[in-house]
Amino acid sequence: MDSSRRRVLQLFGISSLALMTKPVLNAFAKEEKLTEEQPVVLKDAANALKAEQWAMVIDTREFESEDDFEPLIEACHQIHNVPHLENKRHEIKWIWGTHYHSAFPGKAARFLSEEVEHRPYLVLCNHCENPPCVRACPTRATWKRESDGIVLMDFHRCIGCRFCMAACPFGARSFNYRDPRPFIVQTNKAYPTRMKGVVEKCNFCAERLAVGQMPACVEVSEGKLTFGDLYDPASEVRELIRANYTIRRKQQLGTEPSVYYIV
Amino acid sequence: MSDKKYIILGLIIFVVIVTFPLWYNRGKAAPAPDLILTEAAKAAKVCVRSTDYMKAEHMQLLDVWRDTVVRRGARIYVSPDGKEYNMSLSNTCLDCHSNKAEFCDRCHNYASVRPYCWDCHIDNPKEKT
Repeated sequence: MDSSRRRVLQLFGISSLALMTKPVLNAFAKEEKLTEEQPVVLKDAANALKAEQWAMVIDTREFESEDDFEPLIEACHQIHNVPHLENKRHEIKWIWGTHYHSAFPGKAARFLSEEVEHRPYLVLCNHCENPPCVRACPTRATWKRESDGIVLMDFHRCIGCRFCMAACPFGARSFNYRDPRPFIVQTNKAYPTRMKGVVEKCNFCAERLAVGQMPACVEVSEGKLTFGDLYDPASEVRELIRANYTIRRKQQLGTEPSVYYIV
Repeated sequence: MSDKKYIILGLIIFVVIVTFPLWYNRGKAAPAPDLILTEAAKAAKVCVRSTDYMKAEHMQLLDVWRDTVVRRGARIYVSPDGKEYNMSLSNTCLDCHSNKAEFCDRCHNYASVRPYCWDCHIDNPKEKT
């Protein structure tokens, strides 16, 4: 290659020209803005219910048999389009009944009151204050909402890895092994369904709280379930926890469940 | 340079093959679909934003709605003209545009996009089961 002074100067000139093309390209690349840049406001409904940490108190003394849970489970599963799958391995449940030894393993005293032992216990997601499922999720599809402590799911983001199911000590999460749509008994048009391959669980009726309604199970329980703010000393749940002896599920694990049981 | 004619011939064949879809389909472009507005949508006159904005940016708008409702929990959208809307695909968008097949699908099919909204979100809240 000829490396005369003339040639070097030519290269400099061409290089400096090339440097000047960037702003020109930018000017061309600027796309035509259709959008009027007006600020839009995104806000809560005025009647939304708010709390620092939602909690539930279940008065187990009021329930005689699992049949008493039926209306509560039915209300929840109907509102949230939870499919009804007969196969136990594919079952989806947000709220269900179980017996004492499953609900409170390791909590049984010898010669426990038979009445307490054979009473049915209503179980659901505990919306733990220290939720292990949230730490397990690799995509942050489940998280603890800062504003009110509900452990929520973003079904759009869930990749179906089921780490959260392994992490949850309460079995509160179910996986959609099949397309749930054909198994929904009566579809609630106001709430979406899920698709095959995502995990789902109780959401403490976040969509109802947002419009000023109590959770569905609480509403149909006729006072057997109480819902309120755990950090409001004047709330009804605090009143009940103060006045009654309550237990929580697997408290020794340190997840700090927000569902309290009066036994 | 004795292979010149072969090279030229090869180049011509190459160009013909590469441009085949262009000239084969010339003049056969499918016309842009006509969207049918429901009576409710006609009566409302405006969507949550201007028609031009909605045509170009509805997917971004829906994405913001999704994240706001699901992750932040805020559910009310105040449009530039001060009207409040519940941010819900099934309950707000499809309440007005209750003809998904003639409104959403026509354009999506034309543009060959397949949004998976409907895997979970229910098409038409007004339809009877």
